Amino acid sequence: MSKKPVVQSVEEKVYSEGGMDFLLTRQRKFVTVYLPLAVFTFILLFPFYWMTITTFKSNDDIYNYEKNSPFWVFNPTLHNIKKLLFETSYPDWLWNTFLVSVVATAISLFASVLAAYAIERLRFKGSRWIGLSIYGAYLVPPSILFIPLATMVYKLGLFDSRWALILTYPTFLIPFCTWLLMGYFKSIPFELEECALIDGATRVQILWKIVLPLAVPGLISAGIFAFTLSWNEFIYALTFISSSENKTVPVGVLTELVDGDVYHWGSLMAGALFGSLPVALLYSFFVEYYVAGMTGAVKE
Amino acid sequence: MASVSIEQAQKSFGRTQVIRGVSISIDDGEFCVLVGPSGCGKSTLLRMIAGLEEISGGQIRIGGDVVNDMPPKLRDIAMVFQNYALYPHMTVRDNMAFSLELAKRDRQFIEERVSKAADILGLNDLLQRYPRQLSGGQRQRVAMGRAIVRDPRVFLFDEPLSNLDANLRVQMRTEIKELHQRLKTTSIYVTHDQIEAMTMADKIVVMRDGVVEQIGAPLEIYDNPANQFVAGFIGSPSMNFLPGILRRQSGVAQVEFGEGVTLPVPRAATGEDGQKVIYGTRPEHIDLVDGSDGVPAEVVVVEPTGADTEVFSKIAGIEVTAVFQQRHEFKPGLVIRLRPDANRAFLFDAASGKRLLA
Amino acid sequence: MAKSSSQSLLDRFNNSANALGLVFMLPAAAILLVFLTYPLGLGLWLGLTDTKIGRPGVFIGLENYRSLFNDSVFWLSVFNTIGYTAVASVFKFVLGLILALLLNQNIALKSFMRAIILLPWIVPTTLSAIAFWWMYDSQFSIISWVLVKAGLIDHYIDFLGDRWNARISVVVANIWRGIPFVAISLLAGLQTISPSLYEAATIDGATPWQRFRFITYPLLTPIIAIVMTFSVLFTFTDFQLIYVITRGGPVNATHLMATLSFQRAIPGGQLAEGAAIAMAMVPFLIAAILISFFGLQRRAWQQGSKD
Ligand SMILES: Nc1ncnc2c1ncn2[C@@H]1O[C@H](COP(=O)(O)OP(=O)(O)O)[C@@H](O)[C@H]1O
Ligand SMILES: [Mg+2]
Repeated sequence: MSKKPVVQSVEEKVYSEGGMDFLLTRQRKFVTVYLPLAVFTFILLFPFYWMTITTFKSNDDIYNYEKNSPFWVFNPTLHNIKKLLFETSYPDWLWNTFLVSVVATAISLFASVLAAYAIERLRFKGSRWIGLSIYGAYLVPPSILFIPLATMVYKLGLFDSRWALILTYPTFLIPFCTWLLMGYFKSIPFELEECALIDGATRVQILWKIVLPLAVPGLISAGIFAFTLSWNEFIYALTFISSSENKTVPVGVLTELVDGDVYHWGSLMAGALFGSLPVALLYSFFVEYYVAGMTGAVKE
Repeated sequence: MASVSIEQAQKSFGRTQVIRGVSISIDDGEFCVLVGPSGCGKSTLLRMIAGLEEISGGQIRIGGDVVNDMPPKLRDIAMVFQNYALYPHMTVRDNMAFSLELAKRDRQFIEERVSKAADILGLNDLLQRYPRQLSGGQRQRVAMGRAIVRDPRVFLFDEPLSNLDANLRVQMRTEIKELHQRLKTTSIYVTHDQIEAMTMADKIVVMRDGVVEQIGAPLEIYDNPANQFVAGFIGSPSMNFLPGILRRQSGVAQVEFGEGVTLPVPRAATGEDGQKVIYGTRPEHIDLVDGSDGVPAEVVVVEPTGADTEVFSKIAGIEVTAVFQQRHEFKPGLVIRLRPDANRAFLFDAASGKRLLA
Repeated sequence: MAKSSSQSLLDRFNNSANALGLVFMLPAAAILLVFLTYPLGLGLWLGLTDTKIGRPGVFIGLENYRSLFNDSVFWLSVFNTIGYTAVASVFKFVLGLILALLLNQNIALKSFMRAIILLPWIVPTTLSAIAFWWMYDSQFSIISWVLVKAGLIDHYIDFLGDRWNARISVVVANIWRGIPFVAISLLAGLQTISPSLYEAATIDGATPWQRFRFITYPLLTPIIAIVMTFSVLFTFTDFQLIYVITRGGPVNATHLMATLSFQRAIPGGQLAEGAAIAMAMVPFLIAAILISFFGLQRRAWQQGSKD
């Protein structure tokens, strides 16, 4: 993974900035750059801090700000986590989310690689038009699809099963991944494929031995993005799943940890924290690929 | 190895016809250079031979087989691309071995071939490197190595030297030529650089706008261009063209340029009295003369190149370039007298550009 | 070296772009046709029936739309959606642009900063929304506590119980979540602007503001247009934040079209009515896409660029 991407595709030439930086004085830079940045960072990160700190607080401290400062944990406890892991179906939710995300991602990557290659490289009749409709599909939001999908899922007998999610998540993953991969494939010189064709490779061999190895950064971007999008999905999981043991983390935490009108904030925050950690960890390993994926998908 | 013959080949992209009935026959072992200005269809023709472009009309044969509908891999050719098209994710060795591995040759055979090609090209120390770790010249060599390894019937080159700097270009030119002398594989080489064509080719094909203007050995084309376009394209600096009117009176034939300037017509030239013509003379065929010989020319600029001196001047208001082996330091505005060699001059019809030759 | 010019059928097939293109498109096309195109049509159809959960409906024409037209809650959700989108988008754009410009400075720990700033966008919205829900708690809100301690207010704020407070609260959460996306996308755009342009402008005597106005902004416009189209699209169809934090309350004050559609269709069982509300979002979405698309075209044309 440490190898630099062989083909720098999505990111264009990036200039190193700040050549004229010497024109700014230190104090001025502190006020105009670092201070505002600190404010932004504080606001953007505070909810996570609060989530984390609440997780490890005892109920005493959660509901009493006067005894101890609310901004720190004085008597850390694993009580909330223990409750989450042993008294709820949280482990099931984690497993479901993981399983659904991995399978949906795999299906979507497979379909997207083939589609992106066909649209971008085979240039078959109508490929331009199909490329555009894939982009259009990317713009269709789940919130206008979930009702008809719910009736379909029910008719197909998939209601309350993981398959309902595995089959519907690709509707937003495939357009995204295809669009992203098209950008990567576009950046691979045509001559490489032509040369391979002369060297005796079939189209499938070209895809497998030339194009895919060169598009590895794109595949990673698409893969981790698809995984994250699946992990974070909410409305389909909320609509298509009803029994507790089949729920995903986002839905489970919201629907199962709220006990009537009593909110157990400690375990709610623990649930939120542990549901966020996997993607945050994945993200920390692949930051560059996330950024490339995000900016790549936004570009036309 | 094989001969290649192209018969009335045509290619259209949609409505635009890019290759318009090209016929060339290339002998076994010959080094044939396709030369012409950029956009004239050289690459397209080469890609048709390679099987990368469909042939819209006519026939292409390699070693006697019609290959029109044959996919590239069955044509047994190798191609060197302008940007080399080295597989970035494979080492030099793997790049060279790729085609043999696809053909499922056994290991030993592959190693032998690769190391032989590496020997020939001096790539032995670079086999484990990746393309990005190579210099331009080295990449070029790997691209050639990849072609050699195949031991194909025909080598195709598409402007393989145009990404190199000037010195390296000259060096690689020699290397490719030596390689051809050694391997004797039929080669088709595309370039827009007429010097490359002149120095490397056994046979030059000059193309323009999808048609062949002339085919011949380099010096044959230099000495006997079929028309004004070929005359102007081959040779450096290019031939001077002076538009004038042919006069045939009382057995004397000459071209009139205005300002009372006339030049004698080459012996073999045809054409009628009063015909509008172009008088062509190469810069290296113009002499500096004294007294009343030749015609007056007003110096515009003098450019010494070290070996030669190029003098730009105006004869009857028409720009003319002359190259002398002696050094001269003429001031701009000075009037000198120049005499083109009448026996090596050319006459072209002004309207059609055709050579006026018996 | 002899070659037979007959090739296997598979070879021919492999090298025919049209046939192979078809085969390669098959998996993606099948999934998208079945689970995207068909449901889109089905949704349109459902909106024209009186389907309820557990009861297949019959065609009733535009009846659902007619009743929605007279439904004040529906109109409230429309205005909420428009207001939510407009206010949140403007703030996301301004704050995101500022953040991008800050990050584009020559700063210490730049890539680290860029990495942590994206976190709100990476983490499941539902889960971060739960954290906001907790911070907006009427009794234990940390925000209220701090403000009271600082002496700025004397009562805890009723974040989610009051109509306007609730609206502001969800908009703030949405802005919080959306800033990173805008900032990082614009930052990528900023980094493609050649510093020599700024150097030339500085030598020409341009002030920082003029450099922004005449170099940065015009060169960034195409990216801004795309980023904001996406931002508007996702904000307009937002569901999770509202569903988690307010469920549309208090008294429908924060219902968006998406949450109302869910509310009516799933817990309410009125599938047809929910589908009709969802379909009512489509014209708005198309309008948003067209506006940004043509805005983009005009810009590209003005700059004389071909793509
Ligand atoms: N795939 C294509 N589609 C349409 N026109 C093309 C294509 N390839 C080449 N052309 C056109 O064909 C002409 C010849 O191109 P080419 O063979 O590349 O020229 P050369 O190699 O001599 O510079 C050019 O005018 C070019 O624009
Ligand atoms: Mg060319």
